[in-house]
Amino acid sequence: MNKNRVSQLPFHLMLLPGVALVLVFSYGPMFGIIMSFQQYVPAKGFTGSEWIGLDNFRYVLDMPDTFTVLWNTMFIAMMKIAAGLVFPILIALLLNEVRKNAVKRTIQTLIYLPHFLSWIILGGILIDVLSPSSGIVNHFLGLFGMKPIFFLGSNHWFPFTIVISDLWKEFGFATIVYLAALTSINPVLYEAAIVDGANRWRQTLHVTLPGMAPIIILLLTLSLGNVLNAGFDQIFNLYSPQVYVSGDIIDTMVYRLGLVDAQFGPAAAVGLFKSVVSFVFISVSYVLAYRFANYRIF
Amino acid sequence: MNLSMTTGQKTFNVFNQIFLIALSVLCVLPLIHVLAISLSDKTAAAAGDVVLWPVHFTWQSYTYVLSKPEFMRAFWITIERVALGLLINMFLTILLAYPLSKEVRVFKYRTVYAWYFVLTILFSGGLIPTYMIVNQTHLLDTIWALIIPGAVPVFNVILLLNFFRGLPRELEEAAFVDGAKQWTVLWRLFVPLSMPALATIALFTIVGHWNAWFDGLIYMNKLEHYPLQSYLHTVIIKTDLAMQSARDLDSLSQVSERTSKAAQIFMGALPILIIYPFLQRFFVKGIVLGSVKE
Repeated sequence: MNKNRVSQLPFHLMLLPGVALVLVFSYGPMFGIIMSFQQYVPAKGFTGSEWIGLDNFRYVLDMPDTFTVLWNTMFIAMMKIAAGLVFPILIALLLNEVRKNAVKRTIQTLIYLPHFLSWIILGGILIDVLSPSSGIVNHFLGLFGMKPIFFLGSNHWFPFTIVISDLWKEFGFATIVYLAALTSINPVLYEAAIVDGANRWRQTLHVTLPGMAPIIILLLTLSLGNVLNAGFDQIFNLYSPQVYVSGDIIDTMVYRLGLVDAQFGPAAAVGLFKSVVSFVFISVSYVLAYRFANYRIF
Repeated sequence: MNLSMTTGQKTFNVFNQIFLIALSVLCVLPLIHVLAISLSDKTAAAAGDVVLWPVHFTWQSYTYVLSKPEFMRAFWITIERVALGLLINMFLTILLAYPLSKEVRVFKYRTVYAWYFVLTILFSGGLIPTYMIVNQTHLLDTIWALIIPGAVPVFNVILLLNFFRGLPRELEEAAFVDGAKQWTVLWRLFVPLSMPALATIALFTIVGHWNAWFDGLIYMNKLEHYPLQSYLHTVIIKTDLAMQSARDLDSLSQVSERTSKAAQIFMGALPILIIYPFLQRFFVKGIVLGSVKE
């Protein structure tokens, strides 16, 4: 490499198509954010539309639903983050205790599967399974003399249905990383613990958990970036007007404001708010992850 | 190690296995239930007699779905989308990962480019401005609207560039001594050596394109341009929720549609279920490779 300087041209050429596409479809929309400060009229475009300062933001703040939506978003997202962190760790620990490899592999194959199905497919399944009149779940509850529960239509049940069904889809897949962390713990540590008279429970407490700690901290930190992501794909496919009070989130609100009601300015303003807050959270979580877990993306 | 197993440990193991097996069965049970409904007689399905095994077995709902032109058209659009999307995504991923995997002393502007791409993960213009751009570039109602805006998968690029960095430096240097150019080194050396990583990315890309539905919903104005999952959104999700909220929960039309809806749900999942066994061999490695880099 030191004989003569490597030509930089091929590198630039290789990057060119990607740079161009990202410029148009990722940076282009960032430029489009200016419509959140305009009374945007598509026919007039960015240059012709009237500038109205922060009026779109004020308009959104004055809407009666805004704080409900913000609350719903954070409530659902936080519950998902907590459940999605604790449950997979638990399952990874339990799975680690299974000594028969065939059993272990079968369990893994089954619990990973829902992750790969879309929320359309899973939404369709859930709507059928949870239906108050014909769903199998309510059939089953009926056997115990319980009244049918309208899981997707009641404001009391909706957020929990969302969190639990999300857990059902993703917990298996989330265990992969923890299982990988478990296999990388040095077996010598276990042998030493056994010599010291530690039983399985003590081994878990003093060897396994400390061994997993860096990964747990890393994933906890990185999950910080998701406080405003309650899961558009899932909620959009499962909600209906009757559960807006408990299930409407920022992303679904932007969709309705912008693409259904054609209120481009206010919708873009809400989108900008979410992007900025998310940007701050993601940046902070990346910095923390770098500090405490020495994690870098590349 | 099993010599010193106490009864306590033995009971724990038994209960642990039972619990985990029950949990994993719970993950696939709803899918099996829907499959059973799709293969059952309409009246049996409507009466709620079907649990995990078809009642009065029939292929009726599948022959109905396969004879529906809208369904088949959407199915083919998705296949076209997966093929084109896979080709373009993989090509761009490889092309971007290579220069970005170089060290700064080899490729001077590496860091600048890397931040240029990473910034798009951190910050986005949001739904409405993105829609506007797709509109202004005249992609609406063409299949390219489903492929081009997401053509640069930055996460996959990062995954692949990390893999490239793990390749032995000596191979590359030997190739340069033999007079190879960057382009040759990339396609003749790096790509063949990266098959495990490329396979992981390819399979995730296929799943991603197969499962995508929202872009179809917003970028296509005509139902006949919808890819399969967007089409399924309209026929399964939207109608059903509207129906349920309308209070006439046992309306006849819904009942008779139950088996055909189940069949469409299952058809929409089928390709994933088919490639899943192949996928599974790769992704565990791929995930760990990409996400846990210490």
